[in-house]
Amino acid sequence: MFAIQTHDPAATGPSVHDVVVRFGADRDRLMDIVIEVQHRFGYVSDDAVREIADTLGIHAVEVNETVTFYAFLDRKPQGRNRIRLSKTPVAFTKGATAVAEAFERALGVAMGETTADGAFTLEWTSDIGWADQEPAALVNGSVVTELTPADVAPMIAGLRRAPAERGPPNSRARSSLVQAGPLLLGLHAPAAGLRAALALTPEAVIEAITASKLRGRGGAGFPTGMKWRLTRKALGKDHYIACNADEGEPGTFKDRVLLAEFPDLVFDGITIAGYALGARLGLLYLRGEYAYLWDHLQRGLAARRAEGLLGVGVCGKTGFDFDIRIQLGAGAYICGEESSLLESLEGKRGSPRDRPPFPTERGYLGQPTAIDNVETLVCAARIMEEGTAWFAGFGTKESTGTKLVCVSGDCERPGVYEIPFGITINELLDLVGAPDAQYVQFSGPSGQAVAPKDFGRRIAYEDLSTGGSTMIFGPHRDVLETALQFTDFFVDESCGWCAPCRVGTTLLKQGMEKIVAGRATLADVNATEALASTVARMSRCGLGQTAPNPILTTMRSFPELYEARLSSAAFEPLVTLDEALREAVEIRGDAPAKADA
Amino acid sequence: MGTETFSFIVDGVEVAASSGQTLLEACDAAGVYIPRLCHHPDLPPSGTCRVCTCKVNGRNVAACVTPAAARMVVENETPALTADRRALIEMLFVEGNHPCPYCVASGDCELQALGYRLGMTAPTQPYQWPGLKIDATHPDIYLDRDRCILCARCIEASRMQDGKTVFGFEGRGIAMRLSLDGDGKLGDSQMAAVDKAAHVCPVACIVIKRDSYRVPNGERRFDKTPIGSEIEARRGHPRR
Repeated sequence: MFAIQTHDPAATGPSVHDVVVRFGADRDRLMDIVIEVQHRFGYVSDDAVREIADTLGIHAVEVNETVTFYAFLDRKPQGRNRIRLSKTPVAFTKGATAVAEAFERALGVAMGETTADGAFTLEWTSDIGWADQEPAALVNGSVVTELTPADVAPMIAGLRRAPAERGPPNSRARSSLVQAGPLLLGLHAPAAGLRAALALTPEAVIEAITASKLRGRGGAGFPTGMKWRLTRKALGKDHYIACNADEGEPGTFKDRVLLAEFPDLVFDGITIAGYALGARLGLLYLRGEYAYLWDHLQRGLAARRAEGLLGVGVCGKTGFDFDIRIQLGAGAYICGEESSLLESLEGKRGSPRDRPPFPTERGYLGQPTAIDNVETLVCAARIMEEGTAWFAGFGTKESTGTKLVCVSGDCERPGVYEIPFGITINELLDLVGAPDAQYVQFSGPSGQAVAPKDFGRRIAYEDLSTGGSTMIFGPHRDVLETALQFTDFFVDESCGWCAPCRVGTTLLKQGMEKIVAGRATLADVNATEALASTVARMSRCGLGQTAPNPILTTMRSFPELYEARLSSAAFEPLVTLDEALREAVEIRGDAPAKADA
Repeated sequence: MGTETFSFIVDGVEVAASSGQTLLEACDAAGVYIPRLCHHPDLPPSGTCRVCTCKVNGRNVAACVTPAAARMVVENETPALTADRRALIEMLFVEGNHPCPYCVASGDCELQALGYRLGMTAPTQPYQWPGLKIDATHPDIYLDRDRCILCARCIEASRMQDGKTVFGFEGRGIAMRLSLDGDGKLGDSQMAAVDKAAHVCPVACIVIKRDSYRVPNGERRFDKTPIGSEIEARRGHPRR
C-alpha cells in the first residue's frame, strides 16, 4: 500500500476512479479511499474530491467533510517530503524547540510552511507515540527519535537525494519495553489462548472474562465481560469487535509496543472476542501515526490466514468464520473516543455520537459492536491461556491483573513498564528513577496533575485510574507553561462539533496564556476556572469533558504557583496596547510616540 | 407497537411522556421550556450547542438527544445550569460577530433571544474576530459566515428535507466552518430561497435578500415575549 509518494496531478482522473473502485465503491470505505489518494498524489485535489463523490454517488461536500477533518489529509498540494515534529511538553523538555529551529534554518521556512521548491513541508503534529524517545518526528511516515539539531542537515541532504519510504523506525529507535511482567513473559505455544477459548462455548468465554474481573485498559475501566455480554445479546444482522489502536493520549505508547512486538497476542484477543460475540469481522483501528506498522501487521494477518487462525473455520472450529481488517486513521486524537472511532471506521468525520444508543447495541454500521483497547484484548488472550485465577492473582480486588504504564519525561529509565495494580506513584517513581519529581501528569493531559503530597496514592481503578500515560516533570519545569501546552493540544484536537469544546478550549488557552504571562488578575484566574468547569460539565464527549483537566488539576495541586503569577493590577486588559495597535502600526509604518519615551 | 405512557419529574413538576419522545419533546408538550439553540422541531437533533443540557439523575445530558424515561429526575432551571447555558451563549457570541443593534435578525435571532432570556448582558470572554467573507453570489440568498454558530440545521434541512445536500462542515475545532457543495459558492449551488434550509437558520447567517425589514424592529418574534414563551403558554393546558 505504501510506495514512494509521487506527484502526478495529471493522472488524477482515471487513477482516483480506480482507487474508489478498488475499495468496492463503498462509501463506508471513504477513509481508505482518501488516504490512498493522499498517499499517491500528495493531497486530495478538488478534481479528486469530485471524482470520488461521483463514483460513490455522494456529494462533494460530504467527501470534503471527511478529508478536511483529519490532520494527515490535505486539500492543497504540500511538500514532497513531510517532516512532522512531535509537539508535546515532554518533547520540549528534551530540546524539540532547538530541533525545530534547526529545521527552520536548514529549510528556510517556518513551522507550518512549505519550501519554495515544493520539496519539504515542515510542521508540528500532536504526540506521535514515542514520548520515551523525544524529540521524535515522522518523516514521510517513518519515525526518527531522539533528534538533535546536528541530525538535521544530514537528514535533509539524504531526503533531497531520495525521499524515504514509509518504513520501520530508524536505527536509533530502541524498543520501549523496559520491564515486562506476567502478561508479556512466559508465553507458551502460539495462539494458545485462542485455542483454549475455542474449546469452550462463547458464553463460557464471556463467563471466564467476567470472572477474571478484567476492566478496560484505555482508562475508563468498563468491565470487559459485561461489554461482551451486552454486545452478544444485542440483536443485529452482524456483530463486530473493534480494537482501538488509536492511542493518541500524549505520553502513551504501550499499544505501539504491543502491536510491534506482540501482534499475535493482539490478534488472538480480537479473534477470541469475535468468537465470544458471534462476530465474523474484527476491525483494528490503527492511528495514522503508526502507519509504518501497516506492512508488519498485514504480514502477521496473512500468516494467520495461512495457519488457519483466521478465515473459514478458525482453528478447525466449524461455524466460526472470522477475519480482521485494519483501518488506518489519519491524525485525529478524537478517534480514540469509541463513538468517534466508529464514525471514522464508516468513512466519516470523527465526531462523537450521542448515547444512547451505545455501541454495544448500535455500533459499526448500526450493528452491535464491542470496542476494546489493544491491551485489554491482550489481557483477554492471556486469561484464556492461563486461566481466570492466574489473572486475578495479580493486582487488587477491584483491579485485577497488571497494567502497562508508559513512563516519560524527567526520569532515568523511560519506557513501558508492566506493573501490578496497587503500587503507589512513589514506588513507580523509584522504579523508573525519578527521585525529585515535581509532579506527575498521570493518565495524560485528560488525566490529572498529581503533586508529591499524593505520591502515596495507588495506581488502580479504586484510586488513580490510568490509560497508561505517565509524564514526569522535574523540579525545574514550569508547571503552568506545561498546563498551557496541554491545553493547546486540546485546541488542536477538538473535533468542533459541540460549542463548549470547540470555543471553550480556545478561550481556555487564551486565559491560560494571560496567566502564564503574569498578566492575569485574581478575577481573571477565577474566570478561567469557571470557564474550565463549564467546558467540563457541558461538553458532549470525553475530550471536552477532560480538556480543562490540565488547568483544573494544576489549580488544585499547585494553587501557590498560580498565586505567584498574579498581576497586582486591579485590571489587566486581555489585549495589550501594542497588540491592539499592531494593525494600525503596520498600515502607518510607524508606532505612536510613547508618553514616557 | 404500543405507545407506553409514563411520567418523570422536572424541577419538582411531574411531566407526562410517551415512549419515543426525547426529554426535550416531552417537556415541550407539557409546557416546560428547556432553553435550546441548535434544535429545530422539524429536524433531527444534532446536539451541537449543548444549551439544552439538563441534569438527569445527577448527570449532565443534552435534552434534545436523551430519550424520556419513566421516573427520571431532571434539573432544568437551576442557577448552576442557567449560568452554564449563559456561558455557552457567550461563547457563541464571541466566536462569531454578532452586532445585535444593526443585525438584520435582531428580534428574530434565537441566539440574541437566549442571551436575553439567560441574563447575558455583554460577553465577558474575548472576541475571536473570525473575519470571514460574505457570500452574496446567490440572487436571492446571502451567506454571512461570521454569524454562523455551526448548529447544523441547514445541513440537516438541505440533506433530509430538500434532498440537495448543499451544506456540510469543513475543518475541525475552532477552525470548523460551514462549507458548500460544488465549487463553494452559494450562487453555483442548487440552493433556492424556497428551500427549508433557507428558513431554519437561528441567526443571520443564511439571509433571504430583500426580505429583511418586512417586519420592523420592535415587532418581531422575540421583541414582545421572551423565547420559549409559546412553549410555556401550553402549561396547564391538556396535551394535544
